[in-house]
Amino acid sequence: MASPPQISSTPQSIFRPNAKHREAISKIFRIICAIGLGIGLVVLGLLLVDVFQDGFARLWQPGFFTGNASRFAQKAGLRTALLGSVWLLILLLLISVPIGVGAAVYLEEYAPKNRLSQFIEINIANLAGVPSIVYGLLGLGIFNELFGLGPTLLSGALTLSLLILPLIIVASREAIRGVPQSMREASYGLGATKWQTVSNHVLPYAIPGIVTGVIISVSRAVGETAPLIVVGAVGYLTSNPGLLRRFSALPIQIFDWISRPQAAFTNTAAAGIIVLLALLFVMNGTAIYIRNRFSTFR
Amino acid sequence: METPNPVSLSIRRERTLEKSVTRGIKEKIIALVLLGCALVSVLTTLGIILTLFEVTVEFFQEVSFAQFFLDTRWTPLFADQHFGIWPLINGTLLISAIAMLVAVPLGLAAAAYLSEYASHRLASTLRPALELLAGVPTVVYGYFALTYVTPLLRNFIPLDVFNALSSGLVMGIMIIPTVGSISLDSLRAVPSSLREAAYGLGATKMEVTTQVVFPAALSGIAASIILGISRAVGETMIVVIAAGQQPRLTLNPAEQVAAMTAYIAQVAAGDTPRGTIGYKTLFAVGSTLFLITLLLNIISYLIAQRFREVYD
Amino acid sequence: MQLTHQTSTAQGTSIISTQDVNIFYGSFLAVKQINLDILRNKITAFIGPSGCGKSTLLRAFNRLNDLIVGARVDGTISYKGRNLYAPEIDPVEVRRQIGMVFQRPNPFPKSIYENIAFGARINGYRGDMDELVERSLRQAAIWDEVKDKLKQSGLSLSGGQQQRLCIARAMAVQPEVILMDEPASALDPISTLRIEDLMQELKEQYTIIIVTHNMQQASRVADMTAFFNVELTDGKRSGCLVEYDKTEQIFQNPQQQSTQEYVTGRFG
Repeated sequence: MASPPQISSTPQSIFRPNAKHREAISKIFRIICAIGLGIGLVVLGLLLVDVFQDGFARLWQPGFFTGNASRFAQKAGLRTALLGSVWLLILLLLISVPIGVGAAVYLEEYAPKNRLSQFIEINIANLAGVPSIVYGLLGLGIFNELFGLGPTLLSGALTLSLLILPLIIVASREAIRGVPQSMREASYGLGATKWQTVSNHVLPYAIPGIVTGVIISVSRAVGETAPLIVVGAVGYLTSNPGLLRRFSALPIQIFDWISRPQAAFTNTAAAGIIVLLALLFVMNGTAIYIRNRFSTFR
Repeated sequence: METPNPVSLSIRRERTLEKSVTRGIKEKIIALVLLGCALVSVLTTLGIILTLFEVTVEFFQEVSFAQFFLDTRWTPLFADQHFGIWPLINGTLLISAIAMLVAVPLGLAAAAYLSEYASHRLASTLRPALELLAGVPTVVYGYFALTYVTPLLRNFIPLDVFNALSSGLVMGIMIIPTVGSISLDSLRAVPSSLREAAYGLGATKMEVTTQVVFPAALSGIAASIILGISRAVGETMIVVIAAGQQPRLTLNPAEQVAAMTAYIAQVAAGDTPRGTIGYKTLFAVGSTLFLITLLLNIISYLIAQRFREVYD
Repeated sequence: MQLTHQTSTAQGTSIISTQDVNIFYGSFLAVKQINLDILRNKITAFIGPSGCGKSTLLRAFNRLNDLIVGARVDGTISYKGRNLYAPEIDPVEVRRQIGMVFQRPNPFPKSIYENIAFGARINGYRGDMDELVERSLRQAAIWDEVKDKLKQSGLSLSGGQQQRLCIARAMAVQPEVILMDEPASALDPISTLRIEDLMQELKEQYTIIIVTHNMQQASRVADMTAFFNVELTDGKRSGCLVEYDKTEQIFQNPQQQSTQEYVTGRFG
């Protein structure tokens, strides 16, 4: 490496630490990283400002919450879409929560360490990565066609339930795993059966975590558009939604308004987005509140 | 202390050690019901595979593999029918590439900052804030790309109203948390002894981060990037709203393109009764999309598994 | 170990007895070749250094080891002449008759009342629940401290109170045997003494087996004492029973040198 004369000189001379220069670069690197983090947050801020500028005024015009779909941007209202989303929310809770929590209990408390359990776990991990629109195709093929439900609210709700099932399972499992083993031992030690232990101690203890996970998962479904398009939700609906009727939903209604060529619909769409974001904000805020409230309690 | 009278020990009376049949059956039934819940996820996967494949097989009875893989045009609903998948794949990959050009550097920078620089308190505030980006519904991103980003960019560069560039950029922002969060976890999993060793040799913070911590967390970072690509490929609403509906072979981000997901959404939004060629193309494109994302997810999973082994 | 059998039969009737018991975790032999008889209505202490398998053996008595994946018991553990590990035996029933108090107090995060009532309810208790709760709490010598706050969480009590609540909880299902796994190790000296007094009062109705690290405690409370030690076989450590006898015998005139060394504090 170094030539002989250099070695014969003082040992330090073959090193050039150049500390000042390197420190300066290191400081710049820190700033670059901070900027990288900042860009994402700034864009999020821009997005919110843009949406509010476009839609805030429209939000308060008469009939926005109570009007039905219309060809005229100024008359178009959210009523059927809001009703559709509320319906979906209720159905989602009814369908996906029992199944998701049941699956989580099975995997955490019951599943033997065998191939089947391992297969189920890998399968759930994989499902979480399937694009949402593919769930739409699943709903179209199975619920609409095979079950003959057609493009109905029920079909949409079933599709979204399957979509968020992996999320609910993962969140519930985490909550169940947080239950101290001593709690289970105390219960078994008194001669409780497995189900008595699970229903009396494990689930009550895990409930705050499960509720948080469920709200976050369901809020994801409330913002989903693509699978509902595929199962046949429509953005132009003038009648009330029903279990076996065509339906709309907030994101579908927003998409419909965005797709319209008239510029005035831009503001209507933005107003719809504000409502959707507000709904998600409230849901997620509730979830975080529950998590913090109960994690400090324990 | 009260002396309990013998009657109080009534529960002790006539106790057996044998298994109780009724309780055994009840517990079995509950276990089976719970297993049933867990199997719903397996049925979902089966359902996806079977529905996709059933109709895809029907599709290939009408359209040859050669038409699907060798043609360069995708016009299944026009009088002059062509079934070449490449324009759709082109659209998907072009947008995904732009998205990853945004998401990878920003996601990694954010992860590096939160893991190596930010105080614990700051990180625990900023991380959820960053993850909000993943919670914004994609239809909202679509709106933002179409009504804000595209007009903004058109002040500087000529763009189609619908174009790959702004949808790719906005999608990149959406994917920052995917890349950032998983990378952050793997950066944090790097033992601090490694960092200390490097500091002990006189390295600066940047040298420690880029030359010691990042390489040590490489598989986690790689897994996060591949998962990010998978998200980009599967994303629908941004590309439907802001990238357009014209399948074409192009590498020009200023042009309108059609992604696979956009095609599915566009055609499904119209009325396509079962049995028509339009209906079948949905599932043929869906299968292609599913296989690509499945492959990406498996690769990401395998890489992440390896990364776990290293620090266990 | 012949001595063991002779002494035990001379002392009283046996309620639990083990023959050639080996306990494995996977392929690891945790406890080997245990033969002993637990006497009815006596307090038996298990002593010995850490890792000698005394807790493992204790947990085998009410099949709590079943909860650990890979745990396996060889040989026979019989309770009132029935093999506890026979296929027709229900571990749930076993635990209803052989109760347990754990090292760390583990009340349920529910009210004091519910902590007691739970076990009785799942055991199909049809009597007056209020009365049962009061009686159990009185037996555990904690009634006076909690009678005005039965609706409060069991977690609101102090550590010593929590442990007595757990003892009351175990007694509410009226087991025959109560297993105590270092019940006082997490408690202050005053709480410890209260629990020891309590054990003396309980032994008229219950058989108690206590695992303890504290030799003072064993000599204070136990009628019988079993000393366990770690043995090396093929380079692997497993627990074995060294000596089992009346407590005075173990502490004053042990037959084995390792017992002598342990009880005089020379190791462990």
